[in-house]
Amino acid sequence: MTTDVIAEQPDLPHLAQQARWEVIRTVTNSKAGHIGGPLSMMDLLISLYFRELNIRPQEPHWPDRDRFILSKGHAAIGLYAVLALRGFLPIDELATFDKGDSRLQGHPDVTRLPGLDASTGSLGQGLSVGVGMALGAQLGARDFHTWVLLGDGEIQEGMVWEAVQVASRYRLSNLTAIVDRNGLQQFGLPSSTETTGTDRGDRRDPWFGVDLAAVFQAFGWRVLEIDGHDYAQIGNAYRLARAGDVTARPTVIIAHTVKGKGLSLAEGVHTWHSIVPSAEDFEKARQELDPEEINLLDQHEHDTHGRHQELEPLTQKDGAPA
Amino acid sequence: MKAMRDAWGDKLVELGRKDPRTVVLDGDLANSTKADKFAKAHPDRFFQMGIAEQNLIGVAAGLASLGYVPWTSSFTVFFTHRAIDPIRMLVAQSHANVKIVGSYSGLLIGAVGKTHLDIQDLAIMRAMPDMTVLAPADNTELLAMMDWANEVDGPVYLRIVRDPVPDVVQAGHTFRPGAVYELRQGTDVALVGTGAQTGRLLTVHDQLLTEGISAAVVHVPCLKPLDADGLRDPLSGFELVVTAEEHSVYGGLGGLVAETLTAAGPSPRIERIGIDDSWGESAPNDFMLEKHGLSPERITARVRAALRAPVRN
Repeated sequence: MTTDVIAEQPDLPHLAQQARWEVIRTVTNSKAGHIGGPLSMMDLLISLYFRELNIRPQEPHWPDRDRFILSKGHAAIGLYAVLALRGFLPIDELATFDKGDSRLQGHPDVTRLPGLDASTGSLGQGLSVGVGMALGAQLGARDFHTWVLLGDGEIQEGMVWEAVQVASRYRLSNLTAIVDRNGLQQFGLPSSTETTGTDRGDRRDPWFGVDLAAVFQAFGWRVLEIDGHDYAQIGNAYRLARAGDVTARPTVIIAHTVKGKGLSLAEGVHTWHSIVPSAEDFEKARQELDPEEINLLDQHEHDTHGRHQELEPLTQKDGAPA
Repeated sequence: MKAMRDAWGDKLVELGRKDPRTVVLDGDLANSTKADKFAKAHPDRFFQMGIAEQNLIGVAAGLASLGYVPWTSSFTVFFTHRAIDPIRMLVAQSHANVKIVGSYSGLLIGAVGKTHLDIQDLAIMRAMPDMTVLAPADNTELLAMMDWANEVDGPVYLRIVRDPVPDVVQAGHTFRPGAVYELRQGTDVALVGTGAQTGRLLTVHDQLLTEGISAAVVHVPCLKPLDADGLRDPLSGFELVVTAEEHSVYGGLGGLVAETLTAAGPSPRIERIGIDDSWGESAPNDFMLEKHGLSPERITARVRAALRAPVRN
């Protein structure tokens, strides 16, 4: 049950493209932030915010809302772009990102921006907060669902596995973790034919040689493994996760993604983890992603400009209803 | 005499009865910290997080976001060291309503040695923006602090000790954040204490009096926030101020007093007594107090010597 007005059939790919463009534009404008991670998780996030979450943009603190935690907090700009498109903040406000006195901090700050459910940034901590929310929902017999989006790099942190074991022990089927499995991290240069023979394992996928699905399963979680850019698979996984598990296991969705997805320059390139695009790259990105540009080229009926108006911000700067 | 940890456990049970928001998270030490009393009385609101203190703090923050008031149970050192990053980001930076209770604080923790001694908690927590830092002198003050903490929306660090401590404050004592208490008036030297050490300073006061030395005793139960004038006023006019704490001489009460007095112009000489840049060891309480200069006898001797020593210019 969605409780606010969004299009009956939101055009998820176009929304994701618009959000990706906002990420590129904002990071270029602010000369700070991350690109690779926000882009890899974007289809997951757009699906969540436009299809799955029970939320009220005009009432961000609605007590019965689903909870969402972006544990990989460095991808904050991706979340802000989605929150803006979804009506939690004016799209123009994205320009304040990282500029001082902004609600849009480099990493999500729950004390500044209504619509956030936790502060994150120091990696590996979000799942624990999600466990607390899910436990509290159980204790209070409340039926909201808690969602935590994790990076496959950040789950190298040991604290994640503390939360993982507690979640299965308390049978938190009202908790879903989503792992953005893009296979790259900041300094995790992937192995290449030149290096495979010589490196000691430091130029590898963060989980090289580890069967992550088996690990979660062994910890007592239900595992769904999907293509994190396939909207049908994403939507099905979310519905299954919310429905719960017959044996009350928490659910993890391991979503295979491509870092930098949607921008050809950035796809699978670890150096786009955090980078300020050059003028030349920005222009290339604009041609690929800017809705204005695409409108000129695209003969389809998609009127992204119209959608922009339809998703007019529902909250003011202070989070109060417009 | 009831041990402070028992007083804490009993009070948790009472809060749980009066306030449905009360929840307790334990790091597999409830029978040591005495949070087990709450587990028996309110099993549905007791959560066993196991030996994983970082996650314990994160879960507490999640529960707090739903309106619960989580109290945490483990040894001080595992919160202020092992779990300090979640405390920083998820509690202090997030202004989460989590009550971090460090049991077995100070030097008298039952002969377990330097791995379990936390000689830095006050320094660490004082440097944590938005954190209230509390060290009660006795059970009466502890209970007043818990009543206050239960009502205030925000992070609180509460430092409690393992063993029984003598009464220091009067019955009916209410807690006011930042307040400093002048427990004895004096003219020759001012003694400043926090936590259970304040009780020992009252013994020092009595001993010095028999030697004709008049010592004021000032108690600082709330290291942050602090009413700076409330600390300066009872210390004004003294040439010698002695601080004593079961903590490193760096960054705790001694640091607080030095910072506060020197910020307001010429300061008296300040002798800081505490553990002197070393790690401690496994030993009985009396040994620890004696070795680190915190026993009433050692403090009395140090005050006597300090009063005789010429002031260096």
